[in-house]
Amino acid sequence: MAGCFTWIKAEPMGIRIVPADAWIDPSRAVERALVTHGHADHARGGHGQTIATPATLAIMGVRYGVAEGTVPADYHEPIILGGGVSATFLPAGHVLGSAQILLEYAGERVIVTGDYKRSPDPTCLPFAVTPCDLFITEATFGLPVFRHPPIADEIARLLAARAANPERCVLVGAYALGKAQRVIAELRAASWHEPIYLHGAMETMCRLYEEQGVQLGDLRSAAGVPKTELAGAIVICPPSALNDRWSRRLPDPLTAMASGWMRVRQRARQRGVKLPLVISDHADWDELTQTIAEVNPAETWITHGREEALLRWCELHQRRARALALSGYEDEDD
Amino acid sequence: MQRFAALLDGLLLTPSRNGKLVLIADYLRDTPDPDRGWALAALTGAVDFPAVKAGTVRSLMAERVDPVLWALSRDFVGDTAETASLLWPEPATPPTGPSPTLGEIVTALGSTTRSAAPGLLASLLDQLDTAGRYALIKFATGALRIGISARLAKVAFAQAFSVAVDEVEEYWHGQHPPYGPLFQWATGAAPPPRTDLLPLFRPFMLAHPLEDQAISLADYVAEWKWDGIRVQLVHVNGETRVYSRGGDEISASFPEIAAALPFPAVLDGELLVRGNQQGGEAGGAASFNALQQRLGRKTVSKAMLAEAPAFVRLYDVLIDEGEDLRGEPWTTRRGRLEALIPRLDPARFDLSETIAATDMDSLAAIRAGARDAAIEGVMLKHRASPYVAGRRSGLWYKWKREPLLVDCVLMYAQRGSGKRSSFYSDFTFGCWDGDPDAGAELLPVGKAYFGFTDEELKWLDRHVRQHTVAKFGPVRETDKSLVFEVAFDSVHASKRHKSGVAMRFPRINRIRQDKPAHEADRLDALLSMVT
Ligand SMILES: [Zn+2]
Ligand SMILES: [Zn+2]
Repeated sequence: MAGCFTWIKAEPMGIRIVPADAWIDPSRAVERALVTHGHADHARGGHGQTIATPATLAIMGVRYGVAEGTVPADYHEPIILGGGVSATFLPAGHVLGSAQILLEYAGERVIVTGDYKRSPDPTCLPFAVTPCDLFITEATFGLPVFRHPPIADEIARLLAARAANPERCVLVGAYALGKAQRVIAELRAASWHEPIYLHGAMETMCRLYEEQGVQLGDLRSAAGVPKTELAGAIVICPPSALNDRWSRRLPDPLTAMASGWMRVRQRARQRGVKLPLVISDHADWDELTQTIAEVNPAETWITHGREEALLRWCELHQRRARALALSGYEDEDD
Repeated sequence: MQRFAALLDGLLLTPSRNGKLVLIADYLRDTPDPDRGWALAALTGAVDFPAVKAGTVRSLMAERVDPVLWALSRDFVGDTAETASLLWPEPATPPTGPSPTLGEIVTALGSTTRSAAPGLLASLLDQLDTAGRYALIKFATGALRIGISARLAKVAFAQAFSVAVDEVEEYWHGQHPPYGPLFQWATGAAPPPRTDLLPLFRPFMLAHPLEDQAISLADYVAEWKWDGIRVQLVHVNGETRVYSRGGDEISASFPEIAAALPFPAVLDGELLVRGNQQGGEAGGAASFNALQQRLGRKTVSKAMLAEAPAFVRLYDVLIDEGEDLRGEPWTTRRGRLEALIPRLDPARFDLSETIAATDMDSLAAIRAGARDAAIEGVMLKHRASPYVAGRRSGLWYKWKREPLLVDCVLMYAQRGSGKRSSFYSDFTFGCWDGDPDAGAELLPVGKAYFGFTDEELKWLDRHVRQHTVAKFGPVRETDKSLVFEVAFDSVHASKRHKSGVAMRFPRINRIRQDKPAHEADRLDALLSMVT
């Protein structure tokens, strides 16, 4: 049994579940898709049928206009896909609604992690460690140089920088889905109860999070707010807006960026960031390797990132593994 | 160490020069000795621990990280020190107590041996966080490579303590890390470090251009501004060095000068060449060209020494027999300088005479009448002025002569060099040798390659290409339709030039598209200005 997995195919456009004639996170429109979460490198519109968690479906509705053919999949509730395959969505701890997908067929258990992390996140359910035979894992931060510090430390640095620059505002670049809300929620957890100002591109998703029950406190649009009011404030924008014309309306912004890549100085430098915040919604190296060890699969397939180093780790730890080359998986989020 | 690490990270993430200066200045002000001195040494590339090499770090890592994972990580990160700082395994028991200071690290690394260095470095790395490890490795291997020049660090030092950067440069000499005396001086805790026994260049005192300040000759003394090479002569320990404007030593190019100062002193003067080329009176100061030819030569031939012997026209004395006079008023220094003259060889030194004028109007008349090739204008020095590095307002002024102007016709153009190599940017222009309407010819009178803006250069380049009548290698002859207003300092009779005149310091003052070529000046106009 273990070591066959012929019913799962890694194809350039995604992972195909052969007996059920369905795909996971396909990069092109297909008849039937299971979608792990709402990021653009995993979710897209145009599928005949879209199976995803209710929160992911809500996100896809807002982002990609997906309304037809949606099948909500609650966490831990198996869904019969047909062809003898069942699928169970399990929390992945990545962003709101994110899921690993457990597939069962002919006594074999396969988990496709999608994107995941292990560190706590107040905006989504934690990753559920689940035994399986084949573990198909992401590897965005699959290099041993990536160790994400506790988020509380990074939030403390952000607040310290704000306090040290009362005339300026701190402008935090964060991806609109997941990262922004997590940063906001962690700021609230660190007792920052002042209004947080948002770039227009953030507003819809923050509203959606609140509708889904994630409390984010006093959020305001940064548009049209006078500079004096923004002195000493925290403003959140998409990374692309950090150094563009939009930020000129702000009072001498101190630019921060919340990303796992900020661990490497050259990356922070290339981005023109003054305050790199190492905050990631992906597993770091230690989490990736620890997770493989805990799930303890017979075989591991590695995709979506820096496969070679994790492959090497598996080799060093006598674990059977292979690297997949899937296309279209450029991280939207990190 | 944490503070130094934060400084390095800040510098890395701050692209602007000003931002970097502020970071370094804040650090130098807020950090205790000797750490700040060691940081300064690291920034200026003055740290070296022979026992620690880049290979030391690589082999430490090889003992701790799988080679494949190391190579993949190093490739991704792009910097060995940073990769090592990120991959260093956190010690099983987290460090307790404060992390080591730069001073402690220097003491430890400085006294270690090649064989003990890896163990020492490892134990230091165990006591630091990621940023601290990065800074330690950069510091210990002496390879900061963060784009900070020594000059920038000195400017930051000057900013930190509100002292003059020229003074920082001076007192820096002869100091060693961690520069205790330098910090003591800058913070006002001690007088400046002694430098009078070192063969040092002291930055020149410079003048502001005189604009419309009201100057009374009761307060200011007038002196000719000579057009040679400003030099400083420094005699210490039986040896004389000659420094030019930027502090470059040019003793080898002017050995007769270096040999002629026999006692300990620091003198300020103008290096000139004797001769009578270009209209200078015999025995007076001669051509700047002759000086230029000598400058930059590693050795000087006997023939050259005979043809163009150099001498120094003395302006000032900074240090006399070990006594620093820079704080004294000009009148006192002048008295001391005059007293030195009899002890000097008159063939090599003379005194820059002051100009006897009662008021500015009579000075203006004297200035306008002066057309000696070597006179650039007039200096006005406050009689009470100390000798201070750089330009200090209200102390010294330079009052240059008005430039002379002549309208010439563009004749030839040649491509420039460097970033101008694609442009025709060297222009030869001429004046009419008679009445152009009666068949007169243009005779080249000079060459200029500056005075115009980049925009004008583009325009000129296009003009040349569109008005070429002949090509000789890199030179194009134009149709002689464009008039330049040429500014120059003086003009002299010259047998080497067909026109019989040579301009001093010509530049394109204006492009006179409005003026027809036949209305350009005639050679007579130039001849009337010859001095
Ligand atoms: Zn994602
Ligand atoms: Zn992804």
